[in-house]
Amino acid sequence: MLTVAELRAYAALLGGHWRSMMSYRASFVVEMITNVGATALDLVAVLVIFRTTRTLAGFTLAEAVLMVSLSSCAFNLADFVVGNIDHLKTYVRTGMLDAVLVRPLGTLAQLVLMDLPLRKAMRLVLAAGVLVVALRLNDIDWTPARAVLVLVVPFAGAVFFGSIFVLSASLAFWWVDSGELGNAFTYGGRDFTAYPIPVYAGWFRAVFAYGLGFGFVSYQPALALLGRADPLGLPGWTGFVSPLVALAAAGIAALVWRFGIRHYRSTGS
Amino acid sequence: MDRLDARVPRISPHRPFRDSLATFAALSWSGFQRYITYRQATIAGSFTNIVFGFLRCYVLLAVAAGAVGGRPAGYDAAQLITFVWVGQGLLTVVALWGWTELADRIRSGDVTADLLRPVHPVISYLAPDLGRALHALLFRFVPPVVVGLIFFDPYLPGRWFTVPLFALSVLLAVVGSMGVRFLVNATAYWLHDARGPITLWTLSAGLLAGLYFPLRFLPDWLAVTLWVATPFPGFLQTPLDVLIERDPTGVQVGLVVLQACWAAALLALCALVQRRAERRLVAHGG
Repeated sequence: MLTVAELRAYAALLGGHWRSMMSYRASFVVEMITNVGATALDLVAVLVIFRTTRTLAGFTLAEAVLMVSLSSCAFNLADFVVGNIDHLKTYVRTGMLDAVLVRPLGTLAQLVLMDLPLRKAMRLVLAAGVLVVALRLNDIDWTPARAVLVLVVPFAGAVFFGSIFVLSASLAFWWVDSGELGNAFTYGGRDFTAYPIPVYAGWFRAVFAYGLGFGFVSYQPALALLGRADPLGLPGWTGFVSPLVALAAAGIAALVWRFGIRHYRSTGS
Repeated sequence: MDRLDARVPRISPHRPFRDSLATFAALSWSGFQRYITYRQATIAGSFTNIVFGFLRCYVLLAVAAGAVGGRPAGYDAAQLITFVWVGQGLLTVVALWGWTELADRIRSGDVTADLLRPVHPVISYLAPDLGRALHALLFRFVPPVVVGLIFFDPYLPGRWFTVPLFALSVLLAVVGSMGVRFLVNATAYWLHDARGPITLWTLSAGLLAGLYFPLRFLPDWLAVTLWVATPFPGFLQTPLDVLIERDPTGVQVGLVVLQACWAAALLALCALVQRRAERRLVAHGG
């Protein structure tokens, strides 16, 4: 378990990061404001799209807003906590990972705290606010099961997205020049879960929604909250399995991460 | 050796135009060569562009299916398919994202070396950027467009001049985008850390250039304001609207003229900012 000394070391890492950011205050403020805008963007895209059409694949604006807000809560929470693991490929290339590995602290925890994006904190507040509005817009028949579901789903989704972040970053252990490949699944996953799944079609839908499990982040839980049958024919209980899907993803991510760290042979020099 | 001084020898002193053209071409070629070495990143990036192509294409097709008459904002389904896939290809060509080279050089102080060169600093960034764009056109533009052609049924232009006009429009988009990226990076002269402005640019570029949704989905007054008062639609929306022949010929040509005005204005602004920045420059370190 964590000792006091370890906790102090983690706090020092975070404090150093905070001071380095605060030394460029103007830039920090612009970035913070922009980040709020970035969260609003998903919602703006949905609102603009509904200007031209009344229903999207059979779903109304209110239902679509519920899905985008669940997706946005989950994604932003994950992005806030582990999103910066994205920089792993830079750390591997520059050899900075070596410095991290020789310290007597957890590797993943260090990488996360070294660059915890405090500027992204405002996003979380906004995403949660939109979710509250979305829940009021829809006429939800509240039951205890649904109340628990709505509290659990953003966290389950965050664990799921966090696993995707760690998985796509782990790619750098084997392929340093993987570049933007991981974005296809992290940011791509966010965009995929922002819309009802019947929007997509064919093998693309099958791979992303069921193969990779993105269907269980926002779409199936939203159907369970709304009490709507899935037009694609999945039974009603699938809305409640998202924590299990998230746990499975986290398990796979943990395995791959450990295997990657062991596999890691510095870049030399 | 008695005439030796600090002046830089000229390549062809009697032909100043050929001289500067040769320099420009050499700089562009260096930009092209630099990107050709990032082969794996090119493959990884294309894969990501293609995944996003599928995502955006399905969403816009669902919009077309739900809209009145199947034509949201005057686009039919085939036009939207071309819009998405060619847009995914152009994304890297116009480099809407992630160019921090100048900001990094300002921060590290390397930028002082740029001032010693016998080439105007704006030109010394524009020329390699055109080389980069050419590389992207060959290796990043083609894959998403081919995938779009294989899996969907896109709109193909009918007017004979559309493709040359599109090519011109893409060139203007690259120049305009370079101009804004230069300006955004140049804020580092004053702020020392340009991360905030660069994030702001990344966000507004995607939204206001028409990446997330075609700008015509917005209310008319807002779309027109964006087109006239900001350079953003010129980076993506204008080339795409030109290619899919969204408007009658007059408007189609007019949009490119507007784009050219913005590109010229941005370059002029870059030169102005550069002159101010040189007076302000504080080289960090020794």
